[in-house]
Amino acid sequence: MNKIREKKQLSETVFLMRVEAPLIARERKAGQFIILQLCEDFGERIPLTIADADPAAGTITLIFQAVGKTTKKLALMNAGEKIAALVGPLGTPTHIENFGTVVCVGGGIGVAPLHPIAQAMKAAGNKVIIIMGARNRELLILENEMRAIADELIICTDDGSVGRKCLVTEPLKELCEQDPKPDLAVAIGPPVMMKFCAETTRPYSVPTQVSLNTIMVDGTGMCGGCRVTVGDETKFVCVDGPEFDGHLVDFDNMINRLSSYKKQEAHSCKIGLEGDSQ
Amino acid sequence: MTHLSPEQLAQAAIRTLEKTSETLTPKERMAIPAQEMPTQDPAERRSNMNEVALGYSPEQARAEALRCLQCKTAPCIAGCPVGIDIPGFIQAIADGDNKKAIDIIKIDSLLPAVCGRVCPQETQCQAPCTVGKVLKSVDKAVNIGRLERYVADWERENRLIEIPAIKPDTGKKVGIIGTGPAGLTVAADIRREGHDVTLFEAFHKPGGVMVYGIPEFRLPKAIVQQEIDALTAMGCELKTNFVIGRTRKIQDLLDEDGFDALFIGTGAGLPRFMNIEGENLVGVYSANEYLTRSNLMRAYDKQRADTPIFDSEKVAVLGGGNVAMDAARTAVRLGAKEVHLIYRRTEVEMPARVEEVHHAKEEGVIFHMLENPKRILSDEKGWVNGIECLRYELGEPDDSGRRRPIAIEGSEFEIDLDTVIVAIGNDSNPLIRQTTPGLETNKWGNIVADENGKSSIDRIYAGGDIVLGAATVILAMGEGRKAAAAMNEMLANI
Ligand SMILES: Cc1cc2nc3c(=O)[nH]c(=O)nc-3n(C[C@H](O)[C@H](O)[C@H](O)COP(=O)(O)OP(=O)(O)OC[C@H]3O[C@@H](n4cnc5c(N)ncnc54)[C@H](O)[C@@H]3O)c2cc1C
Ligand SMILES: Cc1cc2nc3c(=O)[nH]c(=O)nc-3n(C[C@H](O)[C@H](O)[C@H](O)COP(=O)(O)OP(=O)(O)OC[C@H]3O[C@@H](n4cnc5c(N)ncnc54)[C@H](O)[C@@H]3O)c2cc1C
Ligand code: SF4
Ligand code: SF4
Ligand code: FES
Repeated sequence: MNKIREKKQLSETVFLMRVEAPLIARERKAGQFIILQLCEDFGERIPLTIADADPAAGTITLIFQAVGKTTKKLALMNAGEKIAALVGPLGTPTHIENFGTVVCVGGGIGVAPLHPIAQAMKAAGNKVIIIMGARNRELLILENEMRAIADELIICTDDGSVGRKCLVTEPLKELCEQDPKPDLAVAIGPPVMMKFCAETTRPYSVPTQVSLNTIMVDGTGMCGGCRVTVGDETKFVCVDGPEFDGHLVDFDNMINRLSSYKKQEAHSCKIGLEGDSQ
Repeated sequence: MTHLSPEQLAQAAIRTLEKTSETLTPKERMAIPAQEMPTQDPAERRSNMNEVALGYSPEQARAEALRCLQCKTAPCIAGCPVGIDIPGFIQAIADGDNKKAIDIIKIDSLLPAVCGRVCPQETQCQAPCTVGKVLKSVDKAVNIGRLERYVADWERENRLIEIPAIKPDTGKKVGIIGTGPAGLTVAADIRREGHDVTLFEAFHKPGGVMVYGIPEFRLPKAIVQQEIDALTAMGCELKTNFVIGRTRKIQDLLDEDGFDALFIGTGAGLPRFMNIEGENLVGVYSANEYLTRSNLMRAYDKQRADTPIFDSEKVAVLGGGNVAMDAARTAVRLGAKEVHLIYRRTEVEMPARVEEVHHAKEEGVIFHMLENPKRILSDEKGWVNGIECLRYELGEPDDSGRRRPIAIEGSEFEIDLDTVIVAIGNDSNPLIRQTTPGLETNKWGNIVADENGKSSIDRIYAGGDIVLGAATVILAMGEGRKAAAAMNEMLANI
């Protein structure tokens, strides 16, 4: 049981929670995630990135978008209530070193998992350029936090309500065309966005890391449900990842696998909205 | 074969007992018919998760016990990996003393209700049984496992299970990683000596494969839970949602958290795939994932569970072991109209328990022997819509002594499907190995341990599937007992 210490609503569908988890707060590194469950008998296990941690206070920060059954139920919980099960830190931490110039690209909720990585890249001495994208001003999260880290911050929205009116791939391409070009790109967001970021950097041979958000069950390498094709190999996102070389990931297959339970989820979402499941 | 109801089987046993005299000659004993296990009607059980085998009636148990010849040499004992005094406990059942029977079993086995259900008896204790030999069929051997289950269930149902006596506190602390049969056994044996015991489990529920892999219809979860409850009643501490190697590392437990010794029983939880085309399509599962979704996450209970599972119409299960049978029979229960089990050798070579194969056939699983998939086919959206297979024939024996299957060129054919479940085995999970410098493993990634279960690092022991490779519940338990004995001795001397 892990107590929620603090809850904040960041946008219409995005929430921040600070949760008690002293051992995880102490061990976690940038790029790692947890799996949580709201009921140990019938609840589903969902992965969320550790967006931040405070080892002294014994808390970790989760930032999530209410998209389906479990995240919507979680969004209804409040400070003081307890999450039934929370396990981690899972996954292989991000490889952090001084690469030189690192472009961090975050789309939508992807800005949350990007934050600890940008922070660690900065701490390792990199020049950090951050590109943040969202559909509109309302949906933009962690702007201040990212501004505090970035040597340069570029904001893009689909409707131009703040920053440039374009997709994140546009400034990314401009940066790749500069001389010297960036030494590394890190892209986290919806799979389609990551796919196009990887396509953007490919002609310039800028190494591009992506963080994959496949469907998971155990998160320890036991089930293979999270597997993706990377190059010619099958990899398990929960233990081999979540980060991979974006130029090698078969995004189309991954996007397909994410839709495995569309039918069942559409049904359970409605149940959630009728509010009979709390 | 027509299905006989439990009542019919119980009545038959009563009639048999009426005909038997007080003193039986060996010939008369062997004339007593082997008692069939009462089961749920196949037509009914196809659509429920309840246990299939219902257990002997008291009369059946007595009739079966009377079949035992009480052989002086007792070859059956040598067939049991933990050496239970089989004639001893069977005699007690014949004498009507169930309490004595279960006490005899418990000298050597801590999980009789589980092993009585899932042991591959036909290759272990029942294989060398004299009765089976004389009657020229292992199927006619004394049904030792069923009798073991009978007394274990009798003890539980009559609430006679006692918490073992615990010796005074020693102040020493032992950590046990993994709560499968190996870990649970070690916990009980070490706690009894008065040591402090903490169990760590990665999942939210303890029990290992007994809970996430083996389905309810073969091993009810309540039976495993009772073993866990006994451990907590003994004062063992249980930490679920705790991944060793991630939440804490082995070295931290020893150096910082004050553990005097550790036992690693993390099982063989890394699914193998076949590396054929189409294996990552939507609709392809590992058996581990399929079974975990259904069992542990209870996806079969569609009304209540949040975890989804495919609504499959036509399923292929690839493999021929217990895992494959469990996956196939689960698919039947989840509503699949056709379930094909595809195995590249013949039924004789199939490693699954005979009883499981028999039950799967009764439930309508379609067996394809000497066939093997070449690639998995999909529609234009990347969803499975079929499988292409090759026919095989048996050639010369290979290293394992089994005749090697050889593909028949040009024999390709297709089956229409929407789901494929890969059940070709498990390797060991690398997490502990990768995070514990100095821990020796072999080329398959299994932890190397000596005959006492001691690993290459002092104070760290290991046992069960993580040492043996994917094996059995009884072997995991047996290894656990050996390791616990060595650990208790080591702890007494520090
Ligand atoms: C390593 C990792 C880290 C993650 N970190 C975060 C995070 O920090 N914040 C956050 O909001 N989300 C994160 N996700 C995604 C998050 O796990 C899913 O949004 C969540 O599982 C959805 O569960 P649900 O029951 O609410 O929705 P469901 O009812 O299961 O699904 C609702 C909709 O979301 C889609 N969906 C389902 N699973 C995923 C998924 N894994 N990724 C994307 N879409 C999905 C479905 O196709 C469906 O359309 C992460 C995923 C992974 C694998
Ligand atoms: C589907 C299926 C059917 C089977 N049927 C039979 C049968 O009929 N008869 C039979 O005898 N055997 C059967 N087996 C085999 C049998 O279940 C195993 O041999 C036995 O369970 C092994 O026991 P164990 O204690 O070594 O490990 P497991 O039962 O595998 O338990 C290991 C536990 O350790 C946990 N763990 C792993 N890593 C970590 C970590 N880093 N930190 C914390 N916890 C961790 C796991 O979550 C798990 O709970 C079957 C196996 C499967 C998969
Ligand atoms: S534990 Fe298994 S092998 Fe041993 S007697 Fe019981 S059923 Fe037979
Ligand atoms: S071998 Fe068979 S008949 Fe002989 S003692 Fe063992 S169980 Fe009884
Ligand atoms: S989530 Fe099960 S192996 Fe990755």
